[in-house]
Amino acid sequence: MQSSAVTKRDMSFSQLRGEQMSQATGSEQTPKIRIRNLDFFYGSFQGLKHINLDIHEGMVTAFIGPSGCGKSTLLRTLNRMYDLYPGQRATGEILLNGKNVLDPDQDVNALRAKVGMVFQKPTPFPMSIYENIAFGVRLYESLSRADMDNRVEWALRKAALWDEVKGKLNQSGLSLSGGQQQRLCIARGVAVKPEVLLLDEPTSALDPISTAKVEELVHELKSEYTIAIVTHNMQQAARVSDYTAYMYLGELVEFGLTDEIFIKPKRKETEDYITGRFG
Amino acid sequence: MSSHSSVLGAGSASAGGVSGLAESVSGVKQPEPPKDRMRAQRFQDALFHQLTRFFAFSVLAILAAILGSLLYGAWPAIKEFGFGFPFSSEWNPVTDKFGGLISVYGTLSTSVIALVVAIPVSFGIAVFLTELCPPALRSPLGIAVELLAAVPSIIYGMWGLFVFAPLFADYVQPALSMTLGNIPFLGSLFQGPKNGIGILSAGLILAVMVIPFIASVMRDVFEVVPGILKESAYGLGATTWEVVWNVVLPYTRVGVIGGVMLGLGRALGETMAVTFVIGNAHRISPSLYEAGNSIASTLANEFAEAASDLHVASLIELGLILFFVTFVVLALSKLLLMRLGRMEGEKT
Repeated sequence: MQSSAVTKRDMSFSQLRGEQMSQATGSEQTPKIRIRNLDFFYGSFQGLKHINLDIHEGMVTAFIGPSGCGKSTLLRTLNRMYDLYPGQRATGEILLNGKNVLDPDQDVNALRAKVGMVFQKPTPFPMSIYENIAFGVRLYESLSRADMDNRVEWALRKAALWDEVKGKLNQSGLSLSGGQQQRLCIARGVAVKPEVLLLDEPTSALDPISTAKVEELVHELKSEYTIAIVTHNMQQAARVSDYTAYMYLGELVEFGLTDEIFIKPKRKETEDYITGRFG
Repeated sequence: MSSHSSVLGAGSASAGGVSGLAESVSGVKQPEPPKDRMRAQRFQDALFHQLTRFFAFSVLAILAAILGSLLYGAWPAIKEFGFGFPFSSEWNPVTDKFGGLISVYGTLSTSVIALVVAIPVSFGIAVFLTELCPPALRSPLGIAVELLAAVPSIIYGMWGLFVFAPLFADYVQPALSMTLGNIPFLGSLFQGPKNGIGILSAGLILAVMVIPFIASVMRDVFEVVPGILKESAYGLGATTWEVVWNVVLPYTRVGVIGGVMLGLGRALGETMAVTFVIGNAHRISPSLYEAGNSIASTLANEFAEAASDLHVASLIELGLILFFVTFVVLALSKLLLMRLGRMEGEKT
């Protein structure tokens, strides 16, 4: 059983490897996001311990690990979503384009416009499909009606949803199926043209076909965006990511190229986890 | 339930041959003659059914009885003054000529003022309590808002007459006259005798009284908005205001409008506090500073001293009109909700 899992993984790696090598050589100089000595606290509980990590531009970085290991927490520090909740705080450095986003004088709203996020469950706003996309765009840009129409179409095409919804843009976003709603949420995130896209278990509520579509999407989007994805599905991490970080109990156990993590992990814990001997 | 247990019994009886335990269980259950129990249960169910139906229908019966007795009591006035009654501003017990316009105007204008003031304030309270408030303050502030709803209306009336009205006359009314009073057309609303008593004062007291109702309903419905939905809006870079206005409010609009209607219902019918501060004068004037009368305050003031039958009948007809106004308001709110639902986009 284990051997068959390995061959499956090997196949996906060989598919990935070609393009990965060409990209990896180009973007080694400065990471898009550089995390240094990051600690995170929920009140007195320490959720993240001394995280050091680079997220590279134009790459997909996957975070794997058992529930409660801090991978979602790490994602939520990158756009300071935790700011909404009193008692949660982070120390250390998260350098986005060289600027520390944990600085108290960081404009949080501007940061979140640059670092988009998609959640576990689809969360369309209680508005029409068109408005769902236009809402975020209007926050930071004032476009003419025609430009907005173009932007909405562009975002929906990016999310591979345009053909399914082009005839019913005025219908409620809630009238779509779960998979379509999630792609609507991705389109909404893409529409504001962020630099980084954070995906927090984006396919955990979706069926396999919708999951495949979203994964395809991640693959296409990475040429323009830096993507960080949290997933419970290790095949998914292997399929979509260039780099993988394995976390356990708030610590970063191992981080490296997805190929290396999955084929010959350096740490015993990582190997146990990805081969299913643990968790 | 009884059918359920018999199905179970049959199932375990057929499986009984396999295991001795199952046989012993079914053996205990099987011999029970279910007939009597079934009959008793059926009777209980029927009784329960009839009882709940009786309670539900008694609401309808009471409503019909109130409407009937109001119609019956108001009949002399309806016959005498016809459909012109709600639109006539005459109210003269000496000549026995009555019309409802002044009271209806007083009721509607004080309620509108109350809502105009109370809705934004309540919205602010609810947003602060759910989105911005430090957790330590949340519960004390919430309880304070609810306590405000528990203050008896007579207290509001006395406070309004003895504390609020003098201060209002000395400081607020002159200031309003000097500012809003200079606006063309609308300005005349804020000119007139500055004695702290009148339509505007009554409206403001009403606002204080309905704020806790509207605010606590708004807070409750804002609290049920899924955190992840708000986070998705924050995640696009929206400010708290943009999240509340564009996501939270549309998501909760049924509850919010319900809360406003609850407040409006109270404002329309409030008697004691309004009677204290509205001035109780049968006049209709363009100024909100002038004394007036609402339906409820007219009824409270005049029932005891109504001499002629027609006077009494006219008062009852006012009550009927209040009933009708409340009904219309409720119907309008339902319409508004349907309209808003359509604006959000069709649902297939």
